[in-house]
Amino acid sequence: MTADPVIELRGVSTRFGRLVVHRDLSLQIEAGQIVALVGGSGSGKTTLLRQMLGLIRPSAGSVELFGVDLNEPDPRVQRDLRRRLGMLFQHGALFSALSVFDNVAFPLRELRYLDEDWIRRLVHLKLAMVGLTMTHAQLMPAELSGGMIKRAALARALALEPELLLLDEPTAGLDPDRSQSFVELVGALQRELGLTVVMVTHDVNTLAALATHVAVLAEQKIVAFGPKAEIAASDHPFVAGFFGADRQKLL
Amino acid sequence: MKALPRLSIEPGRVILAGTWTLAAMLPQLAELQAQLAERSRQADAWDLSAVSRLDSAAAVLLWRAWGGAWPEQLQVSEVHKAVLGRVAALPGDIPAPAAPPPRLPEIVGNLVLKAMANLRGMVALFGQLLLDLGYLLRHPAEVPWKECAANVYKAGAQALPVTALVGFLIGVTLSYLSALQLKTLGADLFIVNILGISIIRELGPVLVAVLVAGRSGSAMTAQIGVMRVTEEIDALSTMGVSRSIRVIFPKIFGLTAAMPLLVLWTSAVALFGGMLAALLQLDLSLVYFVENLPRAVPVANLHIGLGKGLVFGFLIALVACHFGLRVKPNTESLSACTTSAVVTAITTVILADAIFAILTRHIGVPQL
Repeated sequence: MTADPVIELRGVSTRFGRLVVHRDLSLQIEAGQIVALVGGSGSGKTTLLRQMLGLIRPSAGSVELFGVDLNEPDPRVQRDLRRRLGMLFQHGALFSALSVFDNVAFPLRELRYLDEDWIRRLVHLKLAMVGLTMTHAQLMPAELSGGMIKRAALARALALEPELLLLDEPTAGLDPDRSQSFVELVGALQRELGLTVVMVTHDVNTLAALATHVAVLAEQKIVAFGPKAEIAASDHPFVAGFFGADRQKLL
Repeated sequence: MKALPRLSIEPGRVILAGTWTLAAMLPQLAELQAQLAERSRQADAWDLSAVSRLDSAAAVLLWRAWGGAWPEQLQVSEVHKAVLGRVAALPGDIPAPAAPPPRLPEIVGNLVLKAMANLRGMVALFGQLLLDLGYLLRHPAEVPWKECAANVYKAGAQALPVTALVGFLIGVTLSYLSALQLKTLGADLFIVNILGISIIRELGPVLVAVLVAGRSGSAMTAQIGVMRVTEEIDALSTMGVSRSIRVIFPKIFGLTAAMPLLVLWTSAVALFGGMLAALLQLDLSLVYFVENLPRAVPVANLHIGLGKGLVFGFLIALVACHFGLRVKPNTESLSACTTSAVVTAITTVILADAIFAILTRHIGVPQL
């Protein structure tokens, strides 16, 4: 196994024009952790997630995944790096012109090493994992309900067997029942595949059920990071305000 | 470093070790596949206990190497057995999703039906527009003046530079080529007639229509289309705002109002380009050109040109809005509808131009 932390942010600062989003932010996430990134609206959680993916470059500081700097110039190193992570976007970001099957098959086909039979089996496997059936596979994303879009997007994020899974608001817009089963699904997958998961969430129930660690983003940096119980006991004013009465749920 | 997938063989036994994941297997995938296929024929006892990670891609690979059945002797950890078990639970032969190839009558029929649906949609849109117009005449306070003005600015004022540039170059080209011919015949002075009639009556309106269809027509389709994709159109109707009055009407009104002005502007610039080329090529003074233009070109031609502009503008906007409303919520449909909008708009304009030519064949032609 690799000794490097899965994600390492060092001194990251982000500016959009005059607006400072992050100032000298550092965070280190080890393999196997399920980290929930919490913070107020507009505190730059999604921005931070996008920086971990290399979609946005920080104004200063460095982002390393699996010990490789995201600014590494070699495109092949970059590509291999991207294949080790899966991202679930907030609204799914399924390719609207492709069916669910083709959406999940897309990253596998892009590898150009696998034959169609292999791809078909893998797609079926992933769809079965997230609880979608063959009937759903032929539908277009526009024909799916919100929960099914999330499931299909998760199946696509898992297609390449990632070691790191990034989730942006995984349960937003799902009814409590669905979000509970989604949480169970991600938890089960994490145990089976040994994933590292980073998720942005507002939902205390999701957080309580899934996360092992919590990172609190406020005042432009990570004000607290640690195991769930430790954060719940913290007396930082933002933490107290965010969890409020739900603090007991975390324990 | 990551441990590579390893494969070794003892008499009657195949031993797998290391990391069997998609990422780790990729560099030597073909080799592994060949080795597995070969080994699986030789031995029926497999030892997977030294495997540190086994993902479903590797599980599928193994399952296929085993020919879709469990080997007789298998040593494997519980976690990995569960992964293999999921692969085993899949139906053995998964058929490829098959779509029957379309037959010729179906293709033709679909095209005809599509064309009919489009025609019907455009007629319906035209009818809706007339109803809106009637409503707005009775309730003048509800006319969306701001949106109309914005559309005149976007489709008209912002198109001035590009139409001027293209008009000028076409004017120069036409004048230059005609001058070469006229010079050999000694009929230099007829350059005024040729340029005047062709540009004012025909080229100006058609040129602007083609440019505007590509520039504003596509923008209208894309805008309405994205508004449909993002449900903004639905949001409008839930607020009790008529989408046809607030979104469609200003676009059609704006372009219909802006087009004659654009035609006038482009024709003027094109004539100016022609005059400059005539000055350089034939030594025809600008003053002579301007003085003789009214004599050579009856003013009816200008009216026809402006009338064409009005009609073309209306047609382009109508076609663009119609296709915008047909966009389905996916990217493929958006691009297809935008393409159809531009192609249909230009075709419709040329068709209307032909009808104009036939109807006005006795008007504005100078009698020599």
